[in-house]
Order: sequence, then structure tokens, then C-alpha cells
Amino acid sequence: MVTLTVNGKTHSVDVAEDTPLLWTLRDLLGMTGTKFGCGQGLCGACTIHIDRRPVRSCLTPVSAAVGKRITTIEAIGATPQGKRIQAAWLALDVPQCGYCQSGQVMSAAALLAAKPHPTDRDIDDAMAGNICRCGTYPRIRAAIKRAAAGGESK
Amino acid sequence: MNTIRPGLLPPAGFSRRSFLKITVATAVEGGLLLGLGLPARAMVSDTLTTDAPFAPNAFLRIGRDGTVSFVMPMIEMGQGTYTSLPMLIAEELEVDVDKVVIEHSPPDDKVYANPLLGAQITGASTAIRSMYVPLRRAGATARVMLVAAAAQAWGVDPATCVAADGAVVHSATGRKLQYGALVDDASKIPLPADVPLKDPSQFRLVGKPHHRLDISGKVDGSATFGIDVRLPGLKFAVLATSPVLGGTLASLDEKKALAVPGVTQVVRLDDAVAVVARHTWAAKQGLAAADPQWDAGANAKVSSADIVAQLAKAAEMSGAVAKHVGDPVAAIPRAARRVDAVYEQPFLAHATMEPMNCTVHFTKDSCEIWVGTQIPGLTQSAVMRQTGLTRERVRLHNHLLGGGFGRRLEYDGTLRAVQVARQDEGPVQVIWTREEDIQHDMYRPYYYDRMSAGLDEHGAPQAWWHRITGSSIVARYNPAWMRGGVDPDAVEASENLPYELPNLHVEYVRQEPLTGMQTTWWRGVGVTRGTFAVETFIDELAAAAGKDPVAYRVALLAKSPRAANVLQRAARASGWGAKLPAGQGRGIALCTGFGSFIAQVVHANVDKDGTVTPMHVWCVVDCGLQVNPDTIRAQMESGVIFGLSAALFGEITIKDGRVEQTNFGDYRVLRINEVPTIDVELVDSGEAPGGIGEPGTSCLMPALTNAIFAATGKRIRKLPVGQQARRA
Repeated sequence: MVTLTVNGKTHSVDVAEDTPLLWTLRDLLGMTGTKFGCGQGLCGACTIHIDRRPVRSCLTPVSAAVGKRITTIEAIGATPQGKRIQAAWLALDVPQCGYCQSGQVMSAAALLAAKPHPTDRDIDDAMAGNICRCGTYPRIRAAIKRAAAGGESK
Repeated sequence: MNTIRPGLLPPAGFSRRSFLKITVATAVEGGLLLGLGLPARAMVSDTLTTDAPFAPNAFLRIGRDGTVSFVMPMIEMGQGTYTSLPMLIAEELEVDVDKVVIEHSPPDDKVYANPLLGAQITGASTAIRSMYVPLRRAGATARVMLVAAAAQAWGVDPATCVAADGAVVHSATGRKLQYGALVDDASKIPLPADVPLKDPSQFRLVGKPHHRLDISGKVDGSATFGIDVRLPGLKFAVLATSPVLGGTLASLDEKKALAVPGVTQVVRLDDAVAVVARHTWAAKQGLAAADPQWDAGANAKVSSADIVAQLAKAAEMSGAVAKHVGDPVAAIPRAARRVDAVYEQPFLAHATMEPMNCTVHFTKDSCEIWVGTQIPGLTQSAVMRQTGLTRERVRLHNHLLGGGFGRRLEYDGTLRAVQVARQDEGPVQVIWTREEDIQHDMYRPYYYDRMSAGLDEHGAPQAWWHRITGSSIVARYNPAWMRGGVDPDAVEASENLPYELPNLHVEYVRQEPLTGMQTTWWRGVGVTRGTFAVETFIDELAAAAGKDPVAYRVALLAKSPRAANVLQRAARASGWGAKLPAGQGRGIALCTGFGSFIAQVVHANVDKDGTVTPMHVWCVVDCGLQVNPDTIRAQMESGVIFGLSAALFGEITIKDGRVEQTNFGDYRVLRINEVPTIDVELVDSGEAPGGIGEPGTSCLMPALTNAIFAATGKRIRKLPVGQQARRA
């Protein structure tokens, strides 16, 4: 049994310690907002936060998250950065098919938390690990800037 | 924000009467037959709810509480249909589109047939083209009935009543009844035969940018894709298919697989194995432990070079003639100048962000399926053939698609999942790993195009000859669409040239790749492959003539003013002709598919080592009447980026019978740091609406390679670009 704290709630899960968080969240805890895209840390669809830092849950074993705070897309709207990112995503109609967007939102929220006023270079660095096949990248960039500007005005 | 819910059941209130109404109201071919002939609905109708008494047609219903539900005849895979199609209904129904409930349509190739394709298919950029009138009529019909019901209740002339914002108002007295209060009476009103539709000048919704209705769940993780289905007792299966295409399963270590904690079953199939477990990770571990061994079969030594050699050989044979005007065979040798070229385009995978998956619960007398598909009806029929079950016993729940791009125009994944589920008890979700998804995709065919042209003494083309060789998707997908030996998809952009030419010949040679390698649709379908060849060749002709690529094209477009207009506007937007630094160039291309006219200019930088960096793309689109202008912009951005990924990097290659690419590491796609500035200009032509999901991709590839030519003098005749423009 492994004990995990996900979005402030404690769960005991019967999995081997090397089981990636991705499948633990999706298949055992029923939290399907975190997406499977590649299984190799190449696409970013599975991005979650552990202690506020973005990680690829497809490569992160549950053992690495024991005693830490896991945040997923289902709860990122409760953080100030996550809320601003989601609002900007809606305002600019960022998503198309939407499948990668959980990961995009999680990466973007982590970026804003670390760098409230990211440059284009910062955006590239933080977001280049997140693939979108629909090509929503220009709107992602614009939405991050919008969310950052919203932060400034507060 | 709108609710999106599954549409397994037919619209509530569906009855024999409703079917007759559908038939009359929407004139869906075969609706009458379905309504009167098939027992399927009678069975399902037992489960109908009764809270929505007003269902004047297959596309909408209104409950007594005023809840308006729209049933979507097309699926949503990112292209924006779940916004633009509701806008069409809401425009005529006079309701707030932001408050409607959107439902996936149940599988039904008659009621929800795409009028342009004859079955329930979302593809080929046809949603708006095929539904622009039927959905408005659906909304208008219901509105007329609601107004009639209100007028009857008040004892006034319907002409004195106005529908607005979900209610009917009697203008003279100010009396008002909400739609919800009118549904019982409205359902008794005889169906109006021919309702007038709004003149586009009266549109309050259509033609103005509207926020997408499907995205609130896409930013908070609550949207449900096929892979997100969770059912009581659900198990998870991971597949391994013979890595050599066409090979078979020889042996595996079942004991070791079952020893992995969580693994419940090993399912052996002829050419694959699936390991079923409590969760996907256990299934993956179990599969690795099973260590399946394979009989490679006939393809053990086949490589891409063999396939291309076969294509090249086939391209020497004469093909089935698609178009013949004048006498190009005689005219080319007589011309002042002759230009010949061969173009090659590789196999391409789709790599949708949501890997292939399908959830199936199979019992001895039923099969229930949860999947995201572009073809719900065809999928249901295929499972009926596979299992021998009747239609009412094969239930399919469609979902949002995590990308389609043509991949989900096939039901191979569902049939595979049913094979697995038949050997399992309880529901099972079959997941393709990314490696499995890429290595066992159905690929965009490898195409081999030979082209020749004869130019007169001024450089103008007098004759044009084009032989297209490649796998026929149509011959497999729907043989009835073939024209003799001509695959109409493969030749589309070539036979419908916008350019005026006195002598033109287009022919097609069908050459299939190895057994076990199937081909299918890919974004932009035949227009993408054809536009690359045509727009590269016309650029070559312009260069041979020493003419400006824009002026050269425009001179041939006297009879296609919309095409000439987008070309000239794209040139203008880009500042065409500006002097550029060494190693940079601009290329232009025109695409006239899907009822739309698009021109793009690409500005690219080419390093000495051949690395190509697209810096700026200008895209001008005339897709006729615009339903949701922001969706058109989004689809152009999307199409450009999708096309750049393929043109720069996209390639599936075969070695020893195996697909060499495995994941996003070796099947590269564009990332955010590689995206150029994209400017989109919309032309307000007011013509009939055209498609927009695909042509952005079709136009991009030749615009890019023409830019590389402009920058370096290197003509790219074979995709992907890779490092071909290396100069060092």
C-alpha cells in the first residue's frame, strides 16, 4: 500500500512502488484529467505538480511522491496561477481537440508560479516539452502572456 | 458553459411519429426506411425518457423546463464543429447557443448521414458544407412550430408573433411564452413543409466570432475522451502486435505475465497479444514479462527502398485516365521548353495526442463500446459483421476525440478491442502505447508523382502531364467511390487544377505497399498530396520561365478570380518581393480544395547545414460564408503547424518489415519554440461556405518547399525536407 496526497486528499493505493503516478491517478483513483500521451516523457500530456513543481507523471513512480503534495489538473484552478491560466485559455479559445491541454495548463501554471512575468524565451523553455498536434501553440503563448498581465494588474 | 453529454440513446421523444417527421423535416435519404422498417428503434425506445416532449427532428429537442438539446451529426475532434453547428441551429431556433446541451449523436448512418458522403462520417472538411442548410432548417422548423403553438394559445395570427431568446412574444400585447411552456402544444402542430430560412444579412450569431462551446472541460480535466471512460469493474489491456507488419504470434510466456501483480489474463490473437490487468501499468509489465515471439512472415526482409522501387516501377506503366484535355502527349515534345519532375511523399502516421484506445464490454448476447470515432455508424456495422450481433445489441457511445486527422475514420481499433473483450469477462479498456500507435497506424500512402510540362517561347505552360502512383485508400474504403481505375481522392487536386491549360492529362496507377501495411486518410486527404505536387511543379515552371511565382500563377487564373484574389492578397500581406538576407526566402502556394480558396506565403531561413526555420506564414482564406470566423483562424493556424511538422520531419520508414519510428523522439512534431508567426486574413466573399479543417495543411507544404527554393536554389522534390537543403 502506498499513501498519496492528491489535491489535498489522502489516498491509500494498492500498487507496486515503481508504478507511475499517471496510471495510479487514471486507473486506480479515477482521476482521468491527467492524460497519457507517450509514456516516455516526450509530450507533456501527463504533467502534474509535485510540491508545486511540474513533473511528467508517466515517468514518476508513486514512491517519489510519498509524503509530498500532488496537484493535478482537477484542482489547479484552486491556485491563483492555475485560475488565471484557465481563464486566459478560455478567453483566447486555446483548446481544439483539447487532449493535450491538461498538460499545457499544468506546465503554464507552474511557469507563472516560478516566473510571474515570463519572456518568450521563458515560455519556450517551460512549454517546449508539451506537444500539441492541433497546433494551438500561438494561442498558448498569447494566453500565458494574458494570464501574466492579469497577474500584474492585481 | 455548455454541457456535453453522451448520445447513446436517440433523442428523447423519438417515436415512429418523430421518424416520419425527421424524414420530412430533413429529407435525410433513407430516413423513411429506417423509421418504418427497422426494429432497432422500437427496442431502444423502451428506454426513452419523457422529459423532452418536443423533438421535431433528429437534431434538437426541447424539454418542458426549456432545456434545449442539440444532437450533433458531426463529431468534435478539435475542428470546432461543436460550436459552429450549434450556432447554425440556434441562429434559426432563436435560442442562446451558450445554454444549449450538446449531445454526441448515436450511431446511425441514415438519420445522421453526412449528405456529401452518404454515411455518418466526419471528414474531408464537409461539416459546414453539408450541414449549413439542414441544421438551419432544423432550427427554423422547430421555431415555426413553437410560434404556431403560441399563436394558437393566444388565438392570434402567427405572423404577429416573434421568437427570440427561447421565447415567443406577441408583439402587439407583449404577451410572452417560454419555449418550455410551449413544447406540448408545439409537438401537436403539423410539421410545416417548407420553412423560410433567414437571409444571411439577418444573422445575429452566424458570421461573428463566438467562443467555443466545448472547452470549459478541456481546461480543467473534466472533458471525457474515449480513453477517460471509467466503468465499474473496468480492466485495462495493453497490446503488442507483430512488429513485422503482417507477421504472426509464435509464442509467449503466459506464466511469467500472469505472475505480475495485477495481471488477470493474457489474450492470444493471430497477430497480436493483449495482457489484461487491474491497471495499465501492470498490463504493460505483464506484456514485457510475456516476451512474445513472432513469426515474421513474408515481409521479414522488406525495407522502404523496396517499396519505393516498386512504386517507381509502377510509375513507368500507364494508368487509368482521370482527365484528358487537348493532346498534351503530342504538345510537350513540340514545346519550346520541356520541364520534367518526380515528386515523392512519404508514409505518414497520424500521431493523435490521444493514442488509439477503445473500451468494450462483451457479453454472450451484446457488445457495448465506448470510443471516440469519426464514423460511429460504420463502426457499429463493422462490429455487427464481426460478432454476428444485431444492431440493437451493438451499442456504441461516442466521445470527444483527442485528435482525428483521419486516423479515427477507421474502425480497426474497435475491432481489435472487441477481439480482446470477447475473451474477457467484464468491460476492458484496450490502450495502444504510443509505440504501438505509431508502429501499427494505418498510414498516409507513399505517393510517387511524375510530371511533365511544355512551355511556349514566353514560358507559359501549354501542356501538362501528370501520373500519380500510390496506394488507393478509396478502393479499400469504399470501392463504389472509384471511377473505373481512378482513385478520385488521389487525383483530386491534379484533375481540378485551378490553372487554365490547353492540354492536360492526369492519370492514376494503383500500387499497394506490402501486405499488412494499410493506408488511410490523413489531414487534407488527396488534396494535401496533390497540392504538394501541383504547387511545386507550377513553381518549377515559373522558375524555368524566369517569371515571378505569383505573377506566373495569376496569369493562369483568369477564370478563377477567387483563387487569383487570395494569391494576390497573400503576396500583398507578406510584402512579396522584399529583399531578404542571404539564406532566407519566401515561397507561395495556392490550394483550391474543399470548396475553399487559400493562399499561403512562407518565409523561411535555411542554415548552411540545411536546417530550415519557418519564420513567418501569411495565410489568406476565402472559404465563402463564415460561420465562426475565429474557428477559421484557429483551423488555419492548426493546419499550418500540422503541415510544417509533416513537411519538415514527418516520415514513416520500414526496415526488415518493421516501422522504424517509435514515439515523439523519432517521429518528430513541431514544438512551441519552433512555430513561426502566423497571420491569417479572411476574405469576405459571401460565396457558399467551404471547408477549413484541412486545406491549411494542404497549402503549407509546397509554400514551405518553394520558400526553401527561393532561399537556396535547392528544389525539394521529396518530403520530408530534412537536411536536403544543406549547402556546406
